[in-house]
Amino acid sequence: MSQYLIRRFLLFIPTMLLATILVFGLFSIVPGDAAVFLLTGEDASGTVTTEDFERLREDLGLNRPIYVQYADWLWGVVRGDLGISLYYGQPFGLELVERFARTFELAVLAIVMAFVTAVPLGILSAMKQDSGMDYASRVIALLGIAMPTFWIGVLVIYALVYGTGWLPPLEYAHLWEDPIQNLKLMVLPAAVIGFHDMAFTARVTRSAMLEVMREDYMRTARSKGLREWVVVGRHALKNALLPVVTVSGYQFGRLLGGVIIVEQIFVVPGVGNFLIDAINHRDFPVIQGVILMTAAVVLLLNLLIDMLYGILDPRIRYS
Amino acid sequence: MIDQTTEQATLTREGLPAPGLAARSWTGFTRFVRTKPLGAVGGLIVVLLVVVAALAPVLAPYDPRSTPALPWEAPNANYLLGADYVGRDVLSRLIYGARISLYVGLGSVVVGITGSFIIGVALTYIGGIVDTVSQRIVDALMSLPGLLIALAIMAVVTPSLNTVILAIVIGMVAPVIRTVRSQVLSLRELDYVTAATAIGAPPWRIIMRHIVPNCFATYLVLATYYLGFAIIIESSLSFLGVGTPPDQPSWGGMLVRAASAHVKAGPWLAISPGLAIFLVVMGFNLLGDALRDVFDPRLRGR
Repeated sequence: MSQYLIRRFLLFIPTMLLATILVFGLFSIVPGDAAVFLLTGEDASGTVTTEDFERLREDLGLNRPIYVQYADWLWGVVRGDLGISLYYGQPFGLELVERFARTFELAVLAIVMAFVTAVPLGILSAMKQDSGMDYASRVIALLGIAMPTFWIGVLVIYALVYGTGWLPPLEYAHLWEDPIQNLKLMVLPAAVIGFHDMAFTARVTRSAMLEVMREDYMRTARSKGLREWVVVGRHALKNALLPVVTVSGYQFGRLLGGVIIVEQIFVVPGVGNFLIDAINHRDFPVIQGVILMTAAVVLLLNLLIDMLYGILDPRIRYS
Repeated sequence: MIDQTTEQATLTREGLPAPGLAARSWTGFTRFVRTKPLGAVGGLIVVLLVVVAALAPVLAPYDPRSTPALPWEAPNANYLLGADYVGRDVLSRLIYGARISLYVGLGSVVVGITGSFIIGVALTYIGGIVDTVSQRIVDALMSLPGLLIALAIMAVVTPSLNTVILAIVIGMVAPVIRTVRSQVLSLRELDYVTAATAIGAPPWRIIMRHIVPNCFATYLVLATYYLGFAIIIESSLSFLGVGTPPDQPSWGGMLVRAASAHVKAGPWLAISPGLAIFLVVMGFNLLGDALRDVFDPRLRGR
């Protein structure tokens, strides 16, 4: 048991390290470095002297060998110092964490909403395979997969504006200070993101349930004379839900992609707005920070899922 | 997504003399339509997309970059789907947008899936430390959502259709390499590969004669799904304003202004581009599901 956990944890470290190399490497192969962007402006129209350029490169440490820059950056990251925003000229680590917390809240809310709708839908679908209910839920699943998240978001805004005269609120309320207002703001974007996730989760639930229903112990449970809901709830669901939870967990990364877009539409001051701003300003340290943080959260979550799975399902440990 | 387990079994083998190629393709086609109606609908949508893209200059009533209408002009007889915020005809931009979606979709899939196949096959044959290290790189890449990778790439390149393709490709290689690798690994264990090795066939011959042809179905199915993925990512990037340059009529880009402060100004702007993306992505997904069922029943349900 502990051997499995240790092995799984040791796998996490090189992967995380590789992620930092990838993130750092991407912004080092850029033709022209940050100093060029800083001095010449976004459209590269400004003019500068060579001395200006060299001085700035020295200030930013860009004249050092690439591995020294990487080591320096990584050491900073380990100590929680993500660097200085090129555009705003100040550290952004705290703001990033604060924004990531809001994004995380949105994502968790979306997952919860998706889960509580998708699991019953998937169960019904599997129990009454090829019925009208089954087809209906499969159509909903197809809609959720093919409708781009941002389109759903735009449609929801239109429906609200024309239906109720509501406008997207511009004031953001903190979860701790005004939880009701905060939830009011978060519920719609979370539902939009959750719709996509729900489609996926319902599909997985359906196929997991169908698989479990064919097992021998299901027949045994029925032949014991148990009531149908006991059979489904106690024997089928318990076994089917484990893979569903796992797969949903792995989906978290993809979900974050959707959050970035939906935050733009519903004006949630999360990490998505931060990232798009940084991209428009070519603020490389901020982009690096956002991507690294996402990778860390996703990898940690995968680690957690795998460890939980190892604890819950003894078969995993020995394979 | 849609399980049609039983339908495969109802196919009857007709004991007719071997018909010509044209006749056989026709029988294959009608059988596909009969047994996989949803797949046929998907195929129809895809064919429509190709036709619209090819005939865009003939079909579009206006130049997609010209501004014949008034800004925010509502749909009328001249401008069937209305006009956008500078007075460009929405229908014409929608028609030309099919070209962008198709170009980016096909470009990403041809480059991305083909490249991933070559890398995936090579890695499994090289094996050893190279394979192990590359698997960790794939792990690291997979910790990032495709959209985020694409956004990061767009931050360091000049936006154009080809850089958008590059961004999408890098976002999709990791999962595709993983799929290809497991496919190649399981193919290598098959008896005929062992037999070929036993009679002394060199690796390249085994790869070209046994591995590659057997990967064809996987290639086709992956290509169909990732076409939908590429189109979604392209439109997402354009929607966020960092993808296809704004003068080009990308479906995602057409929704940008619709979503911002001008909500009250033109609801028609929000409907048609989104509907186009939705239909095309659904078309590719339906076609992909059907192809998967036809080619490889083992992949079903994944």
